[in-house]
Amino acid sequence: MTPSRQAWRSRLWRFDDKASPYAYIAPFFLVFGAFGLYPLIYTGWIALHRVEMTSLDQMEWVGWENFSNILQDSEFWTAVTNTFVIGVISTVPQLMIALGLAHLLNYKLRASTFWRTVILTPYATSVASAALVFALVFRADGGLLNWVLGFFGAGETNWANGHWSSNIAIAVIVIWRWTGYNTLIYLAAMQAVPSDLYEAASLDGASRWQQFRNVTIPSLRPTILFTIVISTIGSMQLFGEPLLLEGGQIGAQGGTEHQYETLSIYLYNYGWNLGHLGPAAAVAWAMLVLLLLIAAINWLVGRFMRKTAA
Amino acid sequence: MTTTSPITAPDHRRVSKAAVQQEPPSRRRFKPGAGRQHHAGPFAYFALVVVGLGSLFPLYWTLVAASRTQDEVLDTTPPLIPGGNLFNNLEAAWEQANLGKAIVNTVIVSASITAATLFFCTLAGYAFAKMRFKGRGVLMTAVIATLTIPPQLSVVPLFMMMSDIGWGGQLESVIFPTLVSAFGVFFMRQYLLEALPYELIEAGRMDGANNLRIVWSIVLPVARPAMMVLGMLTFVQAWNDFFWPYLALNQQNPTLQVALGQLSASYVPDQSIVMAGALISTLPLLVVFVIFGKQIVGGIMSGAVKG
Repeated sequence: MTPSRQAWRSRLWRFDDKASPYAYIAPFFLVFGAFGLYPLIYTGWIALHRVEMTSLDQMEWVGWENFSNILQDSEFWTAVTNTFVIGVISTVPQLMIALGLAHLLNYKLRASTFWRTVILTPYATSVASAALVFALVFRADGGLLNWVLGFFGAGETNWANGHWSSNIAIAVIVIWRWTGYNTLIYLAAMQAVPSDLYEAASLDGASRWQQFRNVTIPSLRPTILFTIVISTIGSMQLFGEPLLLEGGQIGAQGGTEHQYETLSIYLYNYGWNLGHLGPAAAVAWAMLVLLLLIAAINWLVGRFMRKTAA
Repeated sequence: MTTTSPITAPDHRRVSKAAVQQEPPSRRRFKPGAGRQHHAGPFAYFALVVVGLGSLFPLYWTLVAASRTQDEVLDTTPPLIPGGNLFNNLEAAWEQANLGKAIVNTVIVSASITAATLFFCTLAGYAFAKMRFKGRGVLMTAVIATLTIPPQLSVVPLFMMMSDIGWGGQLESVIFPTLVSAFGVFFMRQYLLEALPYELIEAGRMDGANNLRIVWSIVLPVARPAMMVLGMLTFVQAWNDFFWPYLALNQQNPTLQVALGQLSASYVPDQSIVMAGALISTLPLLVVFVIFGKQIVGGIMSGAVKG
């Protein structure tokens, strides 16, 4: 091989080593840039315009009008409240049940894989199928739940009609779909807790409950925080459950009185049902602000938890 | 009985082994399976049976409702065992909701998203796990940060963009935004960090292999078990995706979930036919779940530990 060819080869090698890692990670950033980041920023621009579904290529500058319209709309604040309420009443019980279940699954069990698979089955069910089955369960006339409650002497409840009852119904769908998934995440974290900690605790005479409280829970703190963050982001996205609880035009506006309208439904209703994309974009940015607020609160709570742990 | 050696206890190893074949070394440092020394009492089994029934009943009832007439389903005493109207309802759902086309579309969408995700996430995961380059830490943090951005924030311009480039109502509009996922990149990175020794890569370099060659003959074989798991998780997610497909697609060209949503939104939906549609859209995934449930469970758990 001539020296010049060798030099050329080694330069090629060096280029290969320098460029390859960037080439391998490029697809992610290209896709995210084109379909995630760019639209996210562009949303803010659209929010300052009038854009109609019927003429997508015409944008008319309106300034802050969309934002002020939304903030003055009581329906928007209903949606904020509902999103928050459903978020809390679905996340809190769900994570507590998951923690308890993970503790049970962490015992020495017969057919442990079987139990894990069974509790994960709802995860394989789509939000549409789940919402539609539960719509029948919660139905006012001929619903399964009212029939069962009838045995306990309860009268017929119109679940979808009440503010609290409809929010509970939606929370139940969320809890049903996601508890198993969170259980497995907790279980994995529990199995990673070093057994020395338990041995030390039992030498100190700690009961099983004390071990759970003083060893398991503190060891799981980062995992618990992680699931809280994930569930919070998830509840900002609630869409299929409220849309299909009653379905049709009623579902598209989150109930006859908007009693279970979430922010995602509000966005959909403005943009795709009524056809005004400008205000829909403004809703998206309002959601972004809310998310940042929640992130800040999460961060503060996390810092507080770490401090008390130390 | 209470403090048997942890070596006899951790049968979760079997699960994660089946899922990713190789126990990540980091977990060997601890003695896992702590607390598992206790045997479950009757209360634990009772609680698991109750939760298990709660998990499965809605699916069972989907079948019951799909095999009855609407009048029976909505009767004051609801039926609890399947009836004989299943095939009528399936046929009606098939016709009313364009389900044949929806199934084909769903398979196309889920398969292409899964294939692309596996390819791109394995490459990126390998780069982040084993290659040295400037900005690696910052870029990885950026990948994880994107996980916190809900799709709701970008759907309005996304819809306008798609119609602008002629993908409005087309499957491309659903496929392209999800070609590669942050979760997948993270998942593959975590796996390859531990499963792929540097010595193996060095040995390949000694033999004169370039980077692509190393990916093809060394990284891919090592990554295969984790790719299986990621593939199943991605497929389930793509199959079930609802929000963006519901906005982007229409009745003429739907995926199963979109068709199902529209079936229930028709003027006066027949509930037993809607349930038949739900059954059709859920059944394929349930079959996958029965066959690969163990691997999916192991995959979620192995991805979770360092999450």
